[in-house]
Amino acid sequence: MTALTSLDVTIAGVGVLGPGLRDWAQAAAVLRTPSDWTAAATVVPAPNRLPATERRRAGVGIRAAIVVADQACTMAGIAVDAVATVFTSASGDPETCHAMCEALARPERLLSPTRFTNSVHNAPAGYWHIAAQSRQASTSLAAYDASLCAGLLEAAAQCCSGRRPVLLVACDMPYPAPLHALRPLPDVFACALLLAPPGGPAGWPLMLSTAVRGEPTRCGNAELDALRRSIPAARSLPLLEALARDEPCTLVLDGDSLPLAVRVATRP
Amino acid sequence: MKPAPVTAYTLVTALGHGLAAHAAALREGTTGLRPQGFETAALEAWLGVVDHVDEQRLPPALARYDCRNNRLAALALASDGFDEQVRRAAARHGAQRVGVLVGTSTSGILQTEIAYRQRDGHGALPAWLHYPETHDTASLARFVQAALALEGPAWVISTACSSGAKAYAAAARLIALDVIDAAVVGGCDTLCMTTLYGFRALELLSSDVCRPWDARRNGLSLGEGASFALLQRDDDAPAAWLLGCGESSDGHHMSSPHPEGAGAADAMRAALADARLQPDQVDYINLHGTGTRNNDAAEDLAVCRVFGRSVPVSSTKGHTGHALGAAGAVEAALTLLALRDGLLPHGLHCEQPDAALQANYLHQPQQRPLSVAASNSFGFGGSNACLIFGAAR
Repeated sequence: MTALTSLDVTIAGVGVLGPGLRDWAQAAAVLRTPSDWTAAATVVPAPNRLPATERRRAGVGIRAAIVVADQACTMAGIAVDAVATVFTSASGDPETCHAMCEALARPERLLSPTRFTNSVHNAPAGYWHIAAQSRQASTSLAAYDASLCAGLLEAAAQCCSGRRPVLLVACDMPYPAPLHALRPLPDVFACALLLAPPGGPAGWPLMLSTAVRGEPTRCGNAELDALRRSIPAARSLPLLEALARDEPCTLVLDGDSLPLAVRVATRP
Repeated sequence: MKPAPVTAYTLVTALGHGLAAHAAALREGTTGLRPQGFETAALEAWLGVVDHVDEQRLPPALARYDCRNNRLAALALASDGFDEQVRRAAARHGAQRVGVLVGTSTSGILQTEIAYRQRDGHGALPAWLHYPETHDTASLARFVQAALALEGPAWVISTACSSGAKAYAAAARLIALDVIDAAVVGGCDTLCMTTLYGFRALELLSSDVCRPWDARRNGLSLGEGASFALLQRDDDAPAAWLLGCGESSDGHHMSSPHPEGAGAADAMRAALADARLQPDQVDYINLHGTGTRNNDAAEDLAVCRVFGRSVPVSSTKGHTGHALGAAGAVEAALTLLALRDGLLPHGLHCEQPDAALQANYLHQPQQRPLSVAASNSFGFGGSNACLIFGAAR
């Protein structure tokens, strides 16, 4: 076995949307003092970037993913058509899945073409690249409770091997009944990280490794930590807290079978 | 990229189980498509249904993963001694250094579809539905990882019909960056009501057999399939080489390709650049070639723009049907077989070639040594991938 190398990238932009978290500016203030966080249902705004036709067809998950992607690109000051993307989601779009399974359980089995098109796991990526008029590479992943770590590892690998900026978008949505009983995610959570090769745009230097020692890092507030454990995309919260504090630290991101060791440095 | 050794590969489709059945089918031009129903679906369609999936049993320890998709995956893992090759790689590198990066579009959704027909008076689902192990999109990666006792990074790539091809690209990156030493790549997708009735709703499912490159083509035929390959950091005598991967987006429309194939052409150019090859060094291209009006027209333009009109091309969707998230993996394996056997497969069911399509589409198989071959895969959401493989040398 060879020694594990770490992947070095810079986080040049952040986006977030979740319970009690409206955007990165508000979230950064709250996450600096996690005791300030109060639970409130996620509010997903309509993304201006989507053309009218696509906006009409886009469900909550697509809208949430595009809103956080935009936040991260704006913060990094990077053109949206210049970045490759990695979308990761454990849930996909459970509303669409439920509606299709209900329709298919009826004798006539009539599916809406738009619903079927939106049911692909890469629907948020497809909508984003249409909105961004981007022909850059894009991938969409799922790894159950390891989805956030899988996405972060894939995005960092693309950034390091291609020496180019990569936008990571993680988004999960709650399942409606009856699937909710089997996979009880409480609310929508989405976050985005714009990763750039070292020496590119300014940001937080990040070192990532699959060589992990120790238990997953917890959030600084028990309720927030419960959120972290209950939504796969919210497993990013300890990293978001570290960025909000802007202090050097070492974290273990909880990835189920794929935990990641992460070292964050302060912004230069 | 540095060429990555492909040390083992296998596949199971409607053409049969394993490499020998597929090599024979390509040589003889046989199809696995039949006018038939599937489960409770009675549509006017030609389907590529895999035999003996229902009889497949999973080991008791993996019982919760039991569904058609994971049964088909298990069949493929056991074909051509593939699982044994993976065990040897895990012993060599350590189980933590072997990843599982596999593509699927619908995973085991058929389980949930059946369960929705059996909801009780309160709407609750039957107790036999194990959602995380069967229908969840990541189920395939978790099942393959558990079945092979691997411990490296494992995830599903789900970018519709390019998923299985993009798995190769993801694995090659992680190996090159020394995150892992080897990976099981590939994909598995099985027939289900969602895709059968979904493609019918989009009016893309043909009632005829699919006819890629034919003037009368009017849609795709759905199939199912599983294919896996083992990529390793190094090997003295690999079965073939992965030379380059190209990925791009259309950024155009969710379910229609860019009319001029702009994104598709980007992916092919990126794969050539990654492999450090010129277009005229590619001896054969296995097309995405679904047999829909728009796909074949756009792909033809893209192929001719990047490669010119002389490189021999064909679609093998007329053999297997469109295996969606597994198509990129299935066609990677068929491309590897073409390289191994020096056999360029021809496209089936193309009786009246579309005069508007300019690429050098093969209507008869050709036997001659091949050095380099490419495989195209394009999916909904405008997701494009192109893989370039080199023959064993």
